[in-house]
Amino acid sequence: MTTRLDKRFAALKEEGRAAFVTFITGGDPDFDTSFEVLKGLPAAGADVIELGMPFTDPMADGPAIQASSQRALRNGATMKKTLELVRRFRDGDNETPIVLMGYYNPIYHMGVETFLTRACEAGVDGLIVVDLPPEEDDELCEPAMRAGLNFIRLATPTTDDRRLPAVLANTSGFVYYVSITGITGSASPEARNVADAVARIKRHTPLPVAVGFGIKTPAQAADIARTADGAVVGSAIVDAIAKELDSEGRAKPGAAERVLGFVRSLADGVHKARAAAAE
Amino acid sequence: MSLSKPNTLRSGPDERGRFGIFGGRFVAETLMPLVLDLDKAYAAAKADPAFQAEIDFMQRDYVGRPSPLYLAERLTEHFNGAKIYLKRDELNHTGSHKINNCLGQILLARRMGKTRIIAETGAGQHGVATATVCARFGLPCVIYMGATDIERQKPNVFRMKLLGAEVIPVTSGTGTLKDAMNEALRDWVTNVENTYYLIGTVAGPHPYPAMVRDFQSVIGSETKVQMMEREGRLPDSIVACIGGGSNAMGLFHPFLDDTSVKIYGVEAAGKGIETGEHCASLKGGTPGVLHGNRTYLLQDDDGQIKDGHSISAGLDYPGIGPEHAWLHETGRAEYVSATDKEALEAFQLCSKLEGIIPALEPAHALAFVSKIAPTLPKDHLMVMNMCGRGDKDVFSVADYLGVKL
Repeated sequence: MTTRLDKRFAALKEEGRAAFVTFITGGDPDFDTSFEVLKGLPAAGADVIELGMPFTDPMADGPAIQASSQRALRNGATMKKTLELVRRFRDGDNETPIVLMGYYNPIYHMGVETFLTRACEAGVDGLIVVDLPPEEDDELCEPAMRAGLNFIRLATPTTDDRRLPAVLANTSGFVYYVSITGITGSASPEARNVADAVARIKRHTPLPVAVGFGIKTPAQAADIARTADGAVVGSAIVDAIAKELDSEGRAKPGAAERVLGFVRSLADGVHKARAAAAE
Repeated sequence: MSLSKPNTLRSGPDERGRFGIFGGRFVAETLMPLVLDLDKAYAAAKADPAFQAEIDFMQRDYVGRPSPLYLAERLTEHFNGAKIYLKRDELNHTGSHKINNCLGQILLARRMGKTRIIAETGAGQHGVATATVCARFGLPCVIYMGATDIERQKPNVFRMKLLGAEVIPVTSGTGTLKDAMNEALRDWVTNVENTYYLIGTVAGPHPYPAMVRDFQSVIGSETKVQMMEREGRLPDSIVACIGGGSNAMGLFHPFLDDTSVKIYGVEAAGKGIETGEHCASLKGGTPGVLHGNRTYLLQDDDGQIKDGHSISAGLDYPGIGPEHAWLHETGRAEYVSATDKEALEAFQLCSKLEGIIPALEPAHALAFVSKIAPTLPKDHLMVMNMCGRGDKDVFSVADYLGVKL
């Protein structure tokens, strides 16, 4: 089965460029602003969208993404509303892949089958669930695959060659390489270490490898895009959203447009990376 | 020849770390190799008689074990029913049962060659016990503690600092125990090479729930022997308070197959379960996944974790150890609750009648004992785990009682 993710990565390979993968939290800071940003991401240069499912206790995330979850939850975000964001997005865009990213509890609480049915109906393409390692594949990964969704796994510097095959076994769409041992938005990775790690993963799988955690500037994004099939930026975009709030935590007028302007600058870095390298 | 499977409730968890559907290893990939390493290292240590001998030696000479099993005559007289024994784990070095687990884990961390210890703490008892064993073995120690808890447990914060630990206030989320645990997990994810995460309760990813239970089981094992010496038979019931549930699991586990022994776990009902302001995960929660394991959690309709409330910072956790969740569903243990107010009354009663100032945590257990003991016959033998002493709580209790110090 060819999914939107497969098609998108194949097309980018054809074009000879890396994917720019953007992360925002669903409903951050509020439903309407979040939808405006989401809707504008493809035109701003996003090739793949990761949409965070807000959770009170995001253990693998840093302060920026945790704060974005809290903003969203404070303003009434729920799993149903996150799925509603995707459904509305699909009304205007049937091409850009959307991957839901988050933690297992809100999914488990909704019920795995109910969640999968609703996610498929909304137009979700894949799932990244941080606290479900391959050891727990029967929980969600296997049912999600049966439902036709890609299950994207994180590989990390601690995932050694012995463990990689297990991590990759049920992974589809792409592999998300977490470039540092740490939380999102912390230390930035060394480009050379990343190149080695991407090469190591590629010896085990034909899947595209996107790299994330700690990429904050257009230049860093470009560095990663030279060696990986995709660069993921999350905390930096979420921080840009945080800067658009007034003293009462409401989005200022024109917030979405300015956030998308920042996304565009990052996208340019990724998209020009290989052209610049070839010169 | 095939051996028939022994009929026991004490063989859990299975190889996936499950007690029934509860438990498991729900952690990020970065931590998974560490959790698997720990599993292997603990299995090897457990099979090594030298490891157990090291623990036994330290338990005796450093902690002061065995802790006495004490017949509480005046409480017994007062309740005019069951014969009440207190297992005196509050007499341990550092003032609570927490040291039993810390000692086991620090010896394991040393075997594994780890050079830095991190831990979370709520009331500060686990933080103090961790800082203590780190001082004893010369390892640097970082304790994560919710900013709210730091405010209400100042004496323990100072104790940890005296012992050489660095106490990091956690302001993310709601600044309580669950957030401290999140921060500790974040530290571990960042410092995977040298750091050992010393979890303080029977929760977290496998093997923690089983390992912490094993280190705490000394409570129940001693109780069994001491009761046989004193009364020539097993107790009729055993009672312990439950936040994460480590002192309770330690008391309960050796008795799980003794079906004549009734088992009671007492959760914190805060201002009353009906008010929604409580920490009773089993009575007022539903199954979910948090901090590496599936268990009962306080959560809302969307699967977001709710904050617990209790007068006792040590019970203030929105989850409960997975083995308790399983014992609850199988019916082997009965889980009940006591409110802030009931615990405060028991706190004062025990101080006045027995000359023992209990921690607010076991005061919850005693509150339940005060309800049930009068209804039981005089030959009913009841053991309650006095898992901590109340020195740390005198300021906040004075505050609750409106006394200015």
